[in-house]
Amino acid sequence: MTEVDRTSEAHNRRFPAFPIAGRAGASLKHDHLEAIYADDDPVGFFEVHAENYMGAGGPPHAVLSRIRRDYPVLLHGVCMSIGGPSPLDRNHLARFKSLVERYDPAVVSEHLAWSTHGDVFFNDLLPLPYTDETLVAVCDHIDEVQEAIGRQMLLENPSTYLLFETSDYSETDFIREVAARTGCGLLLDVNNVFVSATNHGFSALQYLSDFPLDLIGEIHLAGHRRQEDDEGEPLLIDSHDGPVADAVWKLYDIVIGQCGPIPTLIEWDAEIPDWPVLKAEAEAAQAILDRHTDTYMLGRRHASVA
Amino acid sequence: MPPLPDGDTARGGSFAGVFAPPLLDPARPVPDLVTGPRAKAAVKRYAVYRNNVTVSLIEALADTFPAVQRIVGDAFFRDLARVYVRAEPPVSPLLFEYGHGFADFIDGFEHTRQLPWLGDVARVERAWLDAYHAADSAPLQAEALGAVAPEALASLVFTPHPALRILRSPWPAVTIFAANRQPGPVGRIEERDGEDALITRPELEVFVRKLPPGGAEFLTRLATGATLGEAAEHATGASPHFDLAANIAGMLEAGAFSGISVGVDRA
Repeated sequence: MTEVDRTSEAHNRRFPAFPIAGRAGASLKHDHLEAIYADDDPVGFFEVHAENYMGAGGPPHAVLSRIRRDYPVLLHGVCMSIGGPSPLDRNHLARFKSLVERYDPAVVSEHLAWSTHGDVFFNDLLPLPYTDETLVAVCDHIDEVQEAIGRQMLLENPSTYLLFETSDYSETDFIREVAARTGCGLLLDVNNVFVSATNHGFSALQYLSDFPLDLIGEIHLAGHRRQEDDEGEPLLIDSHDGPVADAVWKLYDIVIGQCGPIPTLIEWDAEIPDWPVLKAEAEAAQAILDRHTDTYMLGRRHASVA
Repeated sequence: MPPLPDGDTARGGSFAGVFAPPLLDPARPVPDLVTGPRAKAAVKRYAVYRNNVTVSLIEALADTFPAVQRIVGDAFFRDLARVYVRAEPPVSPLLFEYGHGFADFIDGFEHTRQLPWLGDVARVERAWLDAYHAADSAPLQAEALGAVAPEALASLVFTPHPALRILRSPWPAVTIFAANRQPGPVGRIEERDGEDALITRPELEVFVRKLPPGGAEFLTRLATGATLGEAAEHATGASPHFDLAANIAGMLEAGAFSGISVGVDRA
């Protein structure tokens, strides 16, 4: 493992240290570039999907280099297939590692899901049963990723549309055990919690109270869509194609009130609106972060006095 | 669909080995290990994944092949792409690498026989995206060539720029490609002759040019290590209209190469 000296002057010139604590950010969409370049104060950070920057060169890297010069960048992997039984794709892991080295992202994250099996890439975040066997596979894969990149990654809770009869663990117990065994941090996607809670008929608040909140390094917020299941009851789809739902904002407010200001991303990946619309969503998250920053600091002081 | 890896049988069948096959095969039933909460049905629930997989891959093809989509129309393209996605799903998690077999697939697709040039348009679009993501390299400057002594010119060897692609078509593929990748209306295309395409990306913008007679023979030879003398002789043999000076000027302007060195003239 190569240690990067993050205190060296050369490193700091290439990668200015941008704090993201307490900031809200947005998905980086190339359609927004002109608007972002013209914006004096866009958002606290930008997050990119790692796979979009795994080509050898060309405009994607030119764009990301410029953005990284001016803003913090968070790297979000979508296709590592951490949750699958197959071994990780070594070539893909090597590409991921080189992106981490090239852009020194503030946060590196991946999903509790799988997308490749039997050499076929399915391009979706597919669900897994929560068993002793899958626990071992997930932990092995996270160990391998963290070893390769030489730093901690965050694991994101999934949104799911069905359940496995073979699951032995609740999702929160499974995630807590993965974090304990691997030392990974967690990315809490509040929209995913709401989507899964609706789809499977559990309480989102109960899920959050079972979730290891102290390990959260980042939060995701996004929009969802409503369909119906076989019984005609609501089935929510994690579509990332609209504004964050009111119910998700309420849950987010509760989480931030509980945990303090955690860097928060607005994801918007389809039917992408003009930049001011996405920015306004990030500003709404920032307002909640700012409101709780004051009371959170106050609460900590009171707690320490007591 | 490729066979499942041995690990599945070794483990007595993994959940993924059961969950995955019906995703791209609508004839297979919903895997019996999945359920809704409180034993609710999981048919529509599993269908969400089927839909996500198929639609997202169709959309990936639409992003890579917008001219093909425009030519055949959205509805036909989705049908064409759905058949392709099920026949040749991606094997790499990099979606911008998907669709290298799409042009061949179109060539063999019975419902596009009326559009025999469609496969070559897809080849140009696929090469466009390859050039877009190719490694960065400074293009060869005319001054570098100008500094070479005249007697050494014939033995020069050229380093192809990483983005360089050359395609030959018996159809006016470049004209059809260009007409369908610009935002305005597509007029009647009068060209009937075959066209050779030169695809380059000297800086950040991808360029697709129509090559002059003998140009494809010339550049293909140069790109595969022939000396300038050898490539010119070959091109002249292939086309009596081959104009060496114009082709050199054209390839420099396009940024087809990134360096020169003195090679051994085998002519």
